[in-house]
Amino acid sequence: MTTLSIVLVLALLLVVFGLLFRLQILTSIFSGSSNREVGVSNRVNAILCMVFLIGGGAWFAWSFIENFDKMNPPIASVHGLATDKMFWVSMAILGVAFVLTQVLLFWYSYRYQHKENRRAFFFPHNNKIEVIWTLIPAIVMAALVFAGWKEWTRITGPAPKDAVVLEIMGKQFNWLVRYPGRDQKLGVVNYRLIDAVNEFGFDLSDQNGIDDFTAGEIHVPKGHPVLLRIRSRDVLHSVYMPNFRVQMYAVPGMPTKFWFTPTKTTDEMRAQTGNPNFNYELACNQICGRGHFAMKMSIIVDEPDDYVNWFAQQKSFSDQNPEVLASFKQKSEKLVNKAPAVPAAAAVVTPAAAKASL
Amino acid sequence: MAANFPTQEQVQGGIGATEPGHDHAHHDEHHEQSFLQKYVFSTDHKVIAKQFLISGIIWAVIGGTLSSLFRLQLGWPEATLEWLTPFLGKWIEAGKLNPEFYLALVTMHGTIMVFFVLTAGLSGTFSNFLIPLQIGARDMASGFMNMLSYWFFFVSSVIMFASLFIETGPAAAGWTIYPPLSALPQAISGSGAGQTLWLVSMALFIVSQLLGGVNYITTVINLRTQGMSMSKLPLTIWAFFLTAILGLLAFPVLFSAALLLIFDRSFGTSFFLSDIYIAGQALPNTGGSPILFQHLFWFLGHPEVYIVIMPAMGMVSEILATNARKPIFGYRAMIGSLLGISLLSFIVWAHHMFVTGMNPFLGSVFMFLTLIIAVPSAVKVFNWLATLWRGNIRFTTAMLFSIGFVSLFIAGGLTGIVLGNAALDIQLHNTYFVVAHFHLVMGSSAFFGLWAGVYHWFPKMFGRMMDEKLGYIHFWLTFIGVYLVFLPMHYVGIAGFPRRYYAWTGFDTFSQFADLNKFISVAAIVAFIGQFIFIFNFFYSIWRGRRATENPWNSTTLEWTTPVIPGHGNWPGDIPAVHRWPYDYSKPGAEEDFIPQTVPYSQTQSSNLPYEKEME
Repeated sequence: MTTLSIVLVLALLLVVFGLLFRLQILTSIFSGSSNREVGVSNRVNAILCMVFLIGGGAWFAWSFIENFDKMNPPIASVHGLATDKMFWVSMAILGVAFVLTQVLLFWYSYRYQHKENRRAFFFPHNNKIEVIWTLIPAIVMAALVFAGWKEWTRITGPAPKDAVVLEIMGKQFNWLVRYPGRDQKLGVVNYRLIDAVNEFGFDLSDQNGIDDFTAGEIHVPKGHPVLLRIRSRDVLHSVYMPNFRVQMYAVPGMPTKFWFTPTKTTDEMRAQTGNPNFNYELACNQICGRGHFAMKMSIIVDEPDDYVNWFAQQKSFSDQNPEVLASFKQKSEKLVNKAPAVPAAAAVVTPAAAKASL
Repeated sequence: MAANFPTQEQVQGGIGATEPGHDHAHHDEHHEQSFLQKYVFSTDHKVIAKQFLISGIIWAVIGGTLSSLFRLQLGWPEATLEWLTPFLGKWIEAGKLNPEFYLALVTMHGTIMVFFVLTAGLSGTFSNFLIPLQIGARDMASGFMNMLSYWFFFVSSVIMFASLFIETGPAAAGWTIYPPLSALPQAISGSGAGQTLWLVSMALFIVSQLLGGVNYITTVINLRTQGMSMSKLPLTIWAFFLTAILGLLAFPVLFSAALLLIFDRSFGTSFFLSDIYIAGQALPNTGGSPILFQHLFWFLGHPEVYIVIMPAMGMVSEILATNARKPIFGYRAMIGSLLGISLLSFIVWAHHMFVTGMNPFLGSVFMFLTLIIAVPSAVKVFNWLATLWRGNIRFTTAMLFSIGFVSLFIAGGLTGIVLGNAALDIQLHNTYFVVAHFHLVMGSSAFFGLWAGVYHWFPKMFGRMMDEKLGYIHFWLTFIGVYLVFLPMHYVGIAGFPRRYYAWTGFDTFSQFADLNKFISVAAIVAFIGQFIFIFNFFYSIWRGRRATENPWNSTTLEWTTPVIPGHGNWPGDIPAVHRWPYDYSKPGAEEDFIPQTVPYSQTQSSNLPYEKEME
């Protein structure tokens, strides 16, 4: 019944609009306004241009100020401070260009609306001003490029030698994290060894992997450079940590990396934002399927001492899964007995993994 | 190309070499075309243009509907959408939109809008309609190929449309169809039959584009009327010409990417696949690179955004000059900037890939090249502003849309300078800041160019005028609507909201802005519904609009010298010769405030400039 009445109302509305439209046409023919080349509507539109400029400008300014605090995720990395500053400086420069050009556009539209007895100014070109307004944007661009290029090279440059290393692996639809253990070396992995238990594809015949451990959340120490080694085991994902201004794709078959230095512990950030439940979050930022919007992991920034404590408490993957370790021992014994060669798959993956480690 | 101007006023029968080969007088007497020949399998460029236009409008309604559906989800993530079950069937699960279908919606929205509306609908319509009319040709170089171009597009459209209804859903890996997601049906159901149909449809679409492009280029080079040197072409033609060249060079690369992806999907190759463990199984593929696909895709994808925007730039230049009653400012600079943009558009593609793991040094190079392209774009904007300065502006609907175009192009273009900066792109990549940026600079702007073109050339297409009042309502509603949608979207993007998210409710970081997203959704849906005013106006005016005159806008270009409804062959008599550039508006000393291109200097001695005296 309600559906029917809604349909009826809509139909009636359409009829009313149709009639109004016909009426409008008839009156314009009757009053002769449809014959005039430039009528009253020209003036109305010129005024609307100014109304739009002033009204729109005011709305833009208001909404921007209103939302400004919400649109700046709190920063917690060294390079994040620099890029955010550059972002807002760039936005300010562009903002000036935006306001200037929009004001001119609508002001000219209003100011030079059609007048009977006036003729437009025949002004086909002027080399001097054309050169000037080609050079000005070119110079501003050059400055922006230079600043951006310097920052970009610094951010993407090699990580400091003492950086804390951890590996993040994307999969449909969650993140897996691995730390290198005491030896500070990540062991060899091979995607062909992945199964429900061995989610990383640990190849435990590699001694470096024996003390590697996995974690349910990411812990990093404050004030220390952190090097993320990034992999994916199925489709593309993107490691996105908005608070640290960190983003890098996770690509199957091509390990990537990103390093940054956290500047505030989780506790400090909770105090700063006044939100006792605040957590740094890792999100996926490259479409990866049904659960793309829910690929979340928490990141905890600890004081260095706390980090060391946490690190010491972790149990290695091989300790937690002795049966996996045992199966590798058996396999390698068999291999030693039968054929001296390393498993073919592992041999393929090793160089790639080695290349990835810088 | 004729460098010398003939002394006689009328040139006999055009020039032999450029005559497309049918004697028109003869033609009129004998040729009775059947309905099928005239309106369906037509080889007439004007009919083909209308076919592209109406197909484009239908696609735009579909694309817009899809966006309204996903804006419902984004604005009201907690709401039940049970009431959509009659339309969406099994894709509504327990009152909720299926998340995979949500991804299919955004994928198809992007594909449809970029390719089917703004490439085929915009450039297909106006390149076809205006090239022969504005250069003084009877038709395209090959009418038959032109017809094929439309019908390849049509078949491609049918396949893409059909893919919306199949059981496993349409393609859902994003309009950029990055593998491995797009290659593996086990990763997302849309990558099954839906993705296959997408690839087949795009392959046919590319064939259509190439057939059209070859034709446009050949026609512009060979079939210009006497006196129409390249330096007397309207800017529309320059824009269509360069657009066609971009398409011809860029689309084959997308074709190769699609082909390799088809091989990976169906024949077990590993161009883009390596080291994948999915659905409990390790795949045998090794050695491929998903990043290679992105290079191939964006080698088309970036020129593609200029393929979309350059025709709009050309038409806007033309309409601004006509309605400001002033010559376009810096005609040569406008051509130069189009050339610059065309060239640079091929060497900036990897700015879409700063954070994909590509070598950071490459990132530096592409950042540098990307920011250079801002310079010719800025020059164009300044020239448009200078064209308005001290004009005598008539606000036709087309003029309003052109002014709107400039406004939106500035608003969207400026943020491109931020995104082109690799250091800033780390944070902004794939956020709503990107979505807002490209929807303004290529989406909305190109749409505004399209509307401006339709309102301006409607009288020549259908011999009738569109209703101006409805046009004004349509313009202001759309213009305000677009800003209400996309300005706040920047705020959401600066806050880091990732695109292609079904909901942000799972993250604390993205917990603000629920209200703003609701606001954006309302604005988007209202603005979309407002488009039906345009659709009504368009179809109503085809049959019931006010009758047009030959040259309703007092314009100078050649198409306005044809009859109210130009027939097959465009000019009933000889093709007019051209004597001057297309922007002699408000020339001091001239009687009228416009001098058509066909008027020789000998007839305008009072207004000739010193260097024009010798051409009298």
